[in-house]
Amino acid sequence: MEMPEPDAAILSRKSKIVDRLRAALPAAAVIHDEAELRAYECDALTAYRCPPLAVTLPASTEEVAAVLRICHAEGVPVVPRGSGTSLAGGALPTADSVILGVSRLTRVLEVDYDNRLIRVQTGRTNLSVTGAVEQEDFFYAPDPSSQLACAIAGNIAMNSGGAHCLKYGVTTNNLLGVTMVTMAGEVMEIGGAHLDAAGYDLLGVICGSEGQLGVVTEATLRILRKPEGARPVLMGFDANEVAGACVSDIIKAGVLPVAIEFMDRPCIEACEAFAKAGYPMCEALLIVEVEGSPAEIDAQLGLITQIARRHNPVELREAQSEDEARRIWLGRKSAFGAMGQINDYMCLDGTIPVSELPYVLKRIGEMSKEYGLGVANVFHAGDGNMHPLILFDANKPGDLELCEAFGADILKLCVEVGGCLTGEHGVGIEKRDLMTTQFAPEDLEAQMRVKDVFDPAWLLNPAKVFPLAASRARRERAFAA
Amino acid sequence: MLSPATETELSEIVAGAAGPLRVVGGGTRPVGRPVPGEALSVAGLSGVVLHDPGALTLVVQAGTRLDEVEAVLASEGQRLPFEPMDHRALLGTGGEPTIGGVVAANVSGPRRIQAGAARDSLIGVRFVDGRGTVVKNGGRVMKNVTGYDLVKLLAGSWGTLGVLTEVAFKVLPTPETAACVRIAGLSDYQAVEAMATALGSPFEVTGAAHVPGAAPVTLLRIEGFAASVAYRAGRLAEVMAPFGSVSVQEDAGAVAEEWRRIRDVTAFAERSGDVWRISVKPSDGPDIAKRTGGDVVYDWGGGLIWALVPEGTDLRAKLGPFAGHATLIRASEETRARIAPFQPEAAPIAALSAGLRAQFDPRGILNPGLMG
Repeated sequence: MEMPEPDAAILSRKSKIVDRLRAALPAAAVIHDEAELRAYECDALTAYRCPPLAVTLPASTEEVAAVLRICHAEGVPVVPRGSGTSLAGGALPTADSVILGVSRLTRVLEVDYDNRLIRVQTGRTNLSVTGAVEQEDFFYAPDPSSQLACAIAGNIAMNSGGAHCLKYGVTTNNLLGVTMVTMAGEVMEIGGAHLDAAGYDLLGVICGSEGQLGVVTEATLRILRKPEGARPVLMGFDANEVAGACVSDIIKAGVLPVAIEFMDRPCIEACEAFAKAGYPMCEALLIVEVEGSPAEIDAQLGLITQIARRHNPVELREAQSEDEARRIWLGRKSAFGAMGQINDYMCLDGTIPVSELPYVLKRIGEMSKEYGLGVANVFHAGDGNMHPLILFDANKPGDLELCEAFGADILKLCVEVGGCLTGEHGVGIEKRDLMTTQFAPEDLEAQMRVKDVFDPAWLLNPAKVFPLAASRARRERAFAA
Repeated sequence: MLSPATETELSEIVAGAAGPLRVVGGGTRPVGRPVPGEALSVAGLSGVVLHDPGALTLVVQAGTRLDEVEAVLASEGQRLPFEPMDHRALLGTGGEPTIGGVVAANVSGPRRIQAGAARDSLIGVRFVDGRGTVVKNGGRVMKNVTGYDLVKLLAGSWGTLGVLTEVAFKVLPTPETAACVRIAGLSDYQAVEAMATALGSPFEVTGAAHVPGAAPVTLLRIEGFAASVAYRAGRLAEVMAPFGSVSVQEDAGAVAEEWRRIRDVTAFAERSGDVWRISVKPSDGPDIAKRTGGDVVYDWGGGLIWALVPEGTDLRAKLGPFAGHATLIRASEETRARIAPFQPEAAPIAALSAGLRAQFDPRGILNPGLMG
């Protein structure tokens, strides 16, 4: 993965830059020792590593602004970092960059049940937002699988989704307002407890901008009352096509399940071996979950199983108890851990139109043979967000490169059938160079114009999202200035 | 009037424009500062590009009439989730609203509180920027974080950043039926409290409105399968009982008509005066409403206030500083030229907005000045 050459002038000024940062923050909040910097050399995309120039851990919006003002004045790139769980290298440093971590910004600032919102500092983890309101039976809806660890700051940067977004939407649909600090150190309030923007929807463009437009330090989030109950049903089919058709029929019937998860045979086998959830051995499994009162759940599951029966399922198992529901989810939730037991793997997250599911799975199977690398598919079927897990051996020379080439081909296939490169993980560095398969130069140009407005010097989160060739002229112009 | 039939023609017109262009969809929403320039109609770009019912997605050209869009979706038992308001009765306009106009104005209705705004259902756009360049963003899948989200930026930009040529939506199944829990006689404060309780219940309220007056009524809508609606409306009525006199309207036709009146603010359609639309934190609603000095209707659990005030009133001067925004929706051209129809933004935000406008429309020819 090509990264820009670090700026030698910045590297040579390290001690001066660190001194300025130390003057603005408590001593413990500035890390500059080579050994300690190693902890920040990568995020969850561990194949790429580079220690930063320094790490700052501010504890307030004012301290964030102070760090950004110093870096802006010094012309030093800044890499914002939530919890470092990005699978796309969204928080990968460059050697000449300062990391701005929000891990000390964890407070709940306000809980307002009457207006159904919570205001938090963005270093707080996703799950602990729900944790702050669940005693009143409320929850925060977006639920990325890393929710135990991932920070709201990163969720906003990547517009994170989760298994339940078919019904509840992704981060951008649940974000009401932010306090944001620009690269120049200016603090602004965008949105708030009211709905919709007075003018342009800046909140909408900040969400999902991968930390390249500003650093979000506080967020107002929509919270929802928990449903009365939820229950999953497990269905097994003897072909991917049949499972795909069943998903489509369920959606067309007017039921809106809260989640529809899909697993193919390699994934079923791995999960079963790992978690022993009692899954049937078949070609494709669906887990469909619905919500409501017990009677409402019965009615919805009745309709869903009626549809499923038309597709001759090899297994149809409705959870009769809490324990059975837990077991149905157990295998799915351990999918990534199960694959990790078998092999190193790379997780993709392209989205496709649901109707293209059988074709795409067939092509992935063919490519798997061509590349000689195994693939297991686990999939948010309701919204078309795929998660092919490509298995490889990190210790085998050339295997990572082969795996990356295979992954790129799968993502190109997603785009070809009308989908996109990434449904919820973000572009980061991982998919940066594939952007030209989905976007024409003028499409990328329009996006980069937004960056020009928020961060004219192109200092925030360098080398992410846009192919280096596409952004080169801008970066050089900014550097010359 | 310039009436291109294709995106290419539209882009050539914009690229070659010598002066300002007034972008028109169906022309049913004359909101904002009056705009100079030659009218550019998008109505010629019409038709469904793709409806994939099993994927809950719809792609249409921007000039397609809203009623055509709704008919196509209805044929598969689906609908636009955000319940776009029809402005014609309130604004006294004719013609047919277009889907591009709905997006450009980010028009939503009562279901905004549960299903999101137009911007939340919008998953892809194609547009022509002020240089005449065709740009696409988003796509036809509902989960997509590839690159910056210009889809949201274009929604509600009123044609000032680009002329929409194609829009894609996540759509939803139309529920089997609807019921409405009605509470009579509440004060504005009691009504907002009752609505907060209802919206904080697990019964999935999809509309919460309050119409004050001689016989005030608070309305709570429940939608879904028949048995589920009956159950949830019944439970909600029990929860609402302590607030006042509760009844349940179960006739789906009557419920639809009642919510159409809320959506389209028909209470003010036949009455003279200026109409403002104010978005606030719901619990702030009654205080803000009082400050308008006019008649009001509440939607969104109290968070959306429609206010009817004497012609020419500078409502923001009466409201003073508040958290939220007020938009002048109906007024004479003279008033809309004199009083900023859109809420003036704080300086740093206004600078970003101006920067975006300069990037997307460097010559300042797309609906110049409409948003102030």
